[in-house]
Amino acid sequence: MLDVRKIREDFPILSKKVYDGRPLVWLDSAATSQKPRQVIQALVDYYEGYNANVHRGVHALSMESTERYEEARVKVAGFINAAHAESLIWTRNTTEAINIVAKSWAEDNIKPGDEIVVTALEHHSNLVPWQQVARKHGAKVCILPLADDHTLDMGAVDEIIGPRTRLLAMTQESNAVGTIVPVKELAKKARAVGAAVLVDGAQSVPHMPVDVQDMDCDFLAFSGHKMLGPTGIGGLYVKRDVLERMSPFLTGGEMVLAVSYEDASWDELPMRFEAGTPNIADAIALGAAVDYLNALGMENVREHEIALTKYALEAFKELEEELDVYGPKDAQERGGIVSFHHPDVHPHDLGTVLDRRGIAIRTGHHCAMPMVRSLGVPATARASMYLYNTEEEVDMLVDALKEALRYFRI
Amino acid sequence: MELNRLDELYRDAILDHRRNPRNHERLNAPDIVGDAINPFCGDEIRLQLNLNDELRVSEVGLQGEGCSINLAAGSMLTEAIRGKALDEIDALVELFRRMMRGDAEAEELLRCEGDLANLAGVRDYPVRIKCALLPLSALTQGIHDYKSSPSQL
Repeated sequence: MLDVRKIREDFPILSKKVYDGRPLVWLDSAATSQKPRQVIQALVDYYEGYNANVHRGVHALSMESTERYEEARVKVAGFINAAHAESLIWTRNTTEAINIVAKSWAEDNIKPGDEIVVTALEHHSNLVPWQQVARKHGAKVCILPLADDHTLDMGAVDEIIGPRTRLLAMTQESNAVGTIVPVKELAKKARAVGAAVLVDGAQSVPHMPVDVQDMDCDFLAFSGHKMLGPTGIGGLYVKRDVLERMSPFLTGGEMVLAVSYEDASWDELPMRFEAGTPNIADAIALGAAVDYLNALGMENVREHEIALTKYALEAFKELEEELDVYGPKDAQERGGIVSFHHPDVHPHDLGTVLDRRGIAIRTGHHCAMPMVRSLGVPATARASMYLYNTEEEVDMLVDALKEALRYFRI
Repeated sequence: MELNRLDELYRDAILDHRRNPRNHERLNAPDIVGDAINPFCGDEIRLQLNLNDELRVSEVGLQGEGCSINLAAGSMLTEAIRGKALDEIDALVELFRRMMRGDAEAEELLRCEGDLANLAGVRDYPVRIKCALLPLSALTQGIHDYKSSPSQL
């Protein structure tokens, strides 16, 4: 188990007070996680100690920054068990990672009549790019539907994944309701019909052990800022033989081997996909975040979140007559996300009342508009937990919700 | 208790409009229809207006889903615009926007326009200002479309 009290000491922001001395209760980690001082220090060390551009200098600082930058790539690639570090391309975030696949890979591989299969749970970032690809190439987007408990309706899978399927693009964990998707099982079905597999790991990579070889996916997209790292850095894993056949997304400096006035040849992987000066400091700090997570152990992180989610689902039973709580009932089948709705109190109003008590939650459609609309509500309130959250914080949330409902005299 | 501070935001008039929204009905073949969506939260609102022979608002219909602030603002707005000509509505909208920017004179003037001045407390909650402005966006869009429709040119 995690020593949460000790972990919390590593996160300076968690001792912050808001609104006249209320302790901050951060239940919005699905939007972005807080950062431990080890990650913040990695940024300071870089800018104070060895700030230099990578892959081009002959001087001491450039050699040091290049070494630390590539070392971070090895760490992050290892974190998702990539067979080769050069399979990991740095991106700004999950959205950019998926767009690289939609622009670069899909351009050469999606043909008229092809089908791109996504789940009904998708965040806009793993839906809108495929709608655009389908429109441009005469392909079709097919949706894997949900069962009543917001898990995938596995009975419908074989009707939807078929010979026309060219790509299966799926989230591993829903950011809106927390459902964990059986990606390995679905990837196997996609493989059987010759389709490629993309996994949106924005919510899974920070919270559970993720193994690209075990899942057998071609692409995995994730964001650094949701896994204790800084904003502005994320990753796209691409299976090496697939990556070798992909055309560059952006062209220019840093990604070329030789350039004449007429033509250019491409550099090796992964530099071919990283045109321009990269986000050096944030990549190195993401490496520090991965060190931090590895020291805790991702199995332990997951175990903590299952226990906390179980506790939260139990605590929400006190409000079961007032609130609809979405997602699977079994904590094993979901991440640390509890999404809920009151028929007469809009999530915005709940959010504002909780905020005044220092409790940060997300309200809205969570960038998964079709998914949230399918619940029959315009928006939900969402509490999302991470390795630094405690049972006491869940109690504070439930107490504050009760008070909010009293406030609106429901 | 901290929550008492929320009373400036959720004044009784707002909660009353939230619970009993005025003109919450659908008009058949309205002269003016305006829609607005808040992309941040997905809230939607639709305002429908009928005009009489003097081109003043004779009927108002409001439909929508949203938070207390959005729905109360919409409900208050439907009361405030009834009987007004379109240019008077434009002036009212401008007054409301000025109040939300912190203009005390506009707030004072709005006190003569039904309950709308009760929304002044929303100013202290910057992320919620959009909620209060959503019905006005629907109204402005509807009037703009009406004025630029072929029959009006």
